[in-house]
Amino acid sequence: MPYFAPNQYRGKLIVVEGIDGSGKSTQISLLSQWMRSMGVAVAFSEWNSSPLVKATTKRGKKKQAFTPTTFSLIHATDFADRMERYIIPMLKAGAVVCADRYAYTAFARDVARGVSRSWVRNLYRFATRPNVAFYFRVPLEVAVGRILGGRNAIKYYEAGMDLGLSKNIEESFRLFQGRIFQEYEAMIPEMGFHVIDATQSIEAQQQQMRDIVLREIGDSLRSGVLRTEGVIVSAEKTA
Amino acid sequence: MQKKPLEYYSDPLPGVDYSELHGKLIVIEGPDAVGRSTQITRLRSWLEHEGHAVLVTGMSRSALAGKGIQQAKEGNTFGPLTMTLFYATDFADRLENEIIPALRAGFVVLTDRYIFSLMARAIARGADRDWIEKVAGFALVPHAIYYLRADVQDLVSRVVVGRGAFDYWESGMDMRFGNDMYESFVRYQTRILRALDNMAERYGFRFIDASRPPDVIFKDLQASISDLFEPAQPRIASGPLL
Repeated sequence: MPYFAPNQYRGKLIVVEGIDGSGKSTQISLLSQWMRSMGVAVAFSEWNSSPLVKATTKRGKKKQAFTPTTFSLIHATDFADRMERYIIPMLKAGAVVCADRYAYTAFARDVARGVSRSWVRNLYRFATRPNVAFYFRVPLEVAVGRILGGRNAIKYYEAGMDLGLSKNIEESFRLFQGRIFQEYEAMIPEMGFHVIDATQSIEAQQQQMRDIVLREIGDSLRSGVLRTEGVIVSAEKTA
Repeated sequence: MQKKPLEYYSDPLPGVDYSELHGKLIVIEGPDAVGRSTQITRLRSWLEHEGHAVLVTGMSRSALAGKGIQQAKEGNTFGPLTMTLFYATDFADRLENEIIPALRAGFVVLTDRYIFSLMARAIARGADRDWIEKVAGFALVPHAIYYLRADVQDLVSRVVVGRGAFDYWESGMDMRFGNDMYESFVRYQTRILRALDNMAERYGFRFIDASRPPDVIFKDLQASISDLFEPAQPRIASGPLL
């Protein structure tokens, strides 16, 4: 069964995936800036950010009213809204769309919550197939350490507390992220991810991404996608 | 479909023990303005009079997503896929938090529409049938699905005489199926009826001719629903109840 609809548009789609704390958001932001600096029209879409669905997601989280199925469906609704209202029009217009998390996040998280693998893959069948999908691979303990050490308290659903894996929120977070990690790992060959070793330096990871982007869609970036100015994209090293 | 009542269609819900469910799930389906709610009100009082505990539920009434859907409808963009999935969220919330607990407690659940309207609306808006059937595949198989069927012209009369105006969403105006509300209503409801007709055999719909007077329809429904409780209802679903 084909997972996604092929990208038939002038624009290109680049996505980053990985568990929390893998550093993917930093990397996609650097990649976007790099493409913009070369005159490419770049659009950006973040997971779980549709204004239409926001209030419902917030209500469900606050009241802890989600089941694995409704959690999955509300995120698919959010995704559909971004797809219909933003990603598709941007691709049609010729922009390079950078997505911080994509359907794969649902494939990993929702299955980690007990939702059927084939059901959630079907759910996102309307999504456009990415031109390049990066997976940031980092050992579980490193990622968990970054999150637990780095910022404010972990949230209920983020820690998978709804699954009752442990009463301790940090322990639950560890166990839940472990399940998600396994789902991502199993998806690598299935989804054709470009795997980035996220234990490397930020600069080294970024260089690797740029090389892959140029190799995969360099021709389109030079001529094809919508450009903001007449600058010719070259394959010069930037680090 | 060779599925018994209260099984799932294609995918199980995580965390649900299906053997605990032993109420009755009765679905009233049909297009807009066909007279579903009139029948449901009467069926409810009758069933309660017979001593059954009854739960009535219907589309976009969920605690989780009902409000969000209402707000989305008031805005100026509500894409067809987004709408379909928002309704699916609403349905899942009601299924897991209202319908299943009621069935566990042995209630008769009367539902004003089910996944079939949800799927028909999606299909009418261009969704792929296999896609939406699988999306809705976590639904429970009902004991009976009554399809209140009327022709489009009949629906038009009911809207004009009964309600006095066409409704934006019932006319599918988000998709602009026609130049005005009347044209769009006719084309949209024709698509809905076609989609529902196409599901009838696969899902075992029971046709109810809704062009007849409400009393006659009610008697039909009553007779058929009585049969669902005959012979004396076993306490546990030990065999096919139909």
